[in-house]
Amino acid sequence: MNKPLRRLLLLTVAAATPLLAACPAWQPDAWTPEEKEALKSLWIGNLASPPPNPSNRYAQNSEASALGHKLFFDRRLSRNGNVSCATCHQPEKNFTDGLPLAQGIGTTSRKTMTVVGTAYSQWQFWDGRKDSLWSQALGPLENPLEHGTNRMQVVRLAATAYGSEYEALFGPLPDLSDTSRFPEAAGPVEDPTAKANWAQMRAEDRDAVTRAFANLGKAIEAYERKLVPGASRFDQYVQALQRDDREAMRGALSEDEVQGLRLFVGKAQCITCHSGPLFTNNEFHNTGVPARSELSADTGRAQGALQVLADEFNAKSPFSDTQQSADQAHLRFLKTGDHQNLRAFKPPSLRNVARSAPYMHAGQFDTLQQVIAHYEQAPKAPQGHSELTPLHLSSKERDQLERFLRALDGPLSTPAELLAAPQG
Amino acid sequence: MQRTTIKQVMSKRQWLGALGAIALFTGGCMSMMKGVPSDLDYSTARATENGAFRLSYKTDPALIPISKLHQWTIHLETPEGKPIDGATITVDGDMPQHGHGLPTRPEVTQNLGNGDYRVEGMKFQMGGWWIVNFGITADGKRDQATFNLMLK
Repeated sequence: MNKPLRRLLLLTVAAATPLLAACPAWQPDAWTPEEKEALKSLWIGNLASPPPNPSNRYAQNSEASALGHKLFFDRRLSRNGNVSCATCHQPEKNFTDGLPLAQGIGTTSRKTMTVVGTAYSQWQFWDGRKDSLWSQALGPLENPLEHGTNRMQVVRLAATAYGSEYEALFGPLPDLSDTSRFPEAAGPVEDPTAKANWAQMRAEDRDAVTRAFANLGKAIEAYERKLVPGASRFDQYVQALQRDDREAMRGALSEDEVQGLRLFVGKAQCITCHSGPLFTNNEFHNTGVPARSELSADTGRAQGALQVLADEFNAKSPFSDTQQSADQAHLRFLKTGDHQNLRAFKPPSLRNVARSAPYMHAGQFDTLQQVIAHYEQAPKAPQGHSELTPLHLSSKERDQLERFLRALDGPLSTPAELLAAPQG
Repeated sequence: MQRTTIKQVMSKRQWLGALGAIALFTGGCMSMMKGVPSDLDYSTARATENGAFRLSYKTDPALIPISKLHQWTIHLETPEGKPIDGATITVDGDMPQHGHGLPTRPEVTQNLGNGDYRVEGMKFQMGGWWIVNFGITADGKRDQATFNLMLK
């Protein structure tokens, strides 16, 4: 280094010292009160129990949860006897499947979302077309690309495999022995035979079968509500920060990870949508994610908002356990037909994000590096308007951000026996 | 190294260079308020744009929650402070920096009397700068008022 340059450097440091003291970014573990508040808002210590779901009176019922656990792992709930909820929601992959597009009987047009922590969200699926976990669980069963079955066959299986457990919880199942009234396969599905059978059934018989079908969804929700994230190194850091334990803070996160966290809540503005202890606001945003050329245009929330209002299992439906207007306000005041919903999708929770690759609603990005590069560049949206603006992060900053995201890994705070198929 | 004063060793150009380097270093210390006008009025009571009415609001809970439906109570009166009942009031919200509004369509659901009205369906999905606009038709006049909010 030549002399003038060395002088310049020395003097820069000397002159900048008082300035840097006022700027926490250059003292790795110093945070302003405002930043501390932001960090605390993301801390798992602020994650209460999942909010009650008035549309499901069995949501907190432990027998319902035990039945839901069995149903979740039961492959017989499919047309080919080979697809269960756990086919796509694999416990060891943070209840996702590692695939860009979910695969059941066929291949869908969306990536599997995790089930972990979704009991905290008013909206389910990438587009929020369902307003509860129980109604969400029923969709894939009758989707020809997922389980590909129909409600009659689902209720038949429940009667033969889980009859006594079901009836102890929900009361008598309909007597399905008269196949002229209750055909083998029937439901409002694509399969022409099942569809025709469903159309010719009596309204009250259809209602009895649908009610039993809905009850099974309610049992699945009671199980899924127990899938809750646990503490990560990030949470240890925030806990240590609250008692100003510098040593524990340094033990929890590396300097690069801390800088990544600083970017997350500051310059990169990730916290805007990935807010709260689950790192998601559970609403909908267009972030200009590229379209997959082989799929038809996906309008996201624009379609989802219309679908949830028309959903036969929403909180206003006869199958909901509440008819209180306060419990239906999310539907009553929902905005539809608005430009901002076009190609808007739900931000997933970032907890255990490193175990949830690939990324985005159709698995467009294989790696976190690609995701961060996308946010960095903020490309124009294929449809609608992207909310992003270019971030101007250096490659080091992008790397630090990724390192921080990887520090959001942690075991679920769910009993181990619920993270595998039930025994016996 | 001999001690020297800063003046002795620094040319004007070096000073500029040092200042540039400092600016670069401290660029990492950015406020979350980037792009928000610094002179925003965050008051919760104001005259409407053309002075036809006065309007104020209270939120329930007092600290506005993020991503959660909640209610507001607004109070409408004449410029002289006389409560106005029976007005028709529309509500909308917007995030000027993000090109989107609320995820909901809030409504005035009840005239509570004494110039008070209940607003249901308020929900802000993000922290940051929001504007909330009320369109008011009462006593044969139309006017509007816009409030600024900075949500955390």
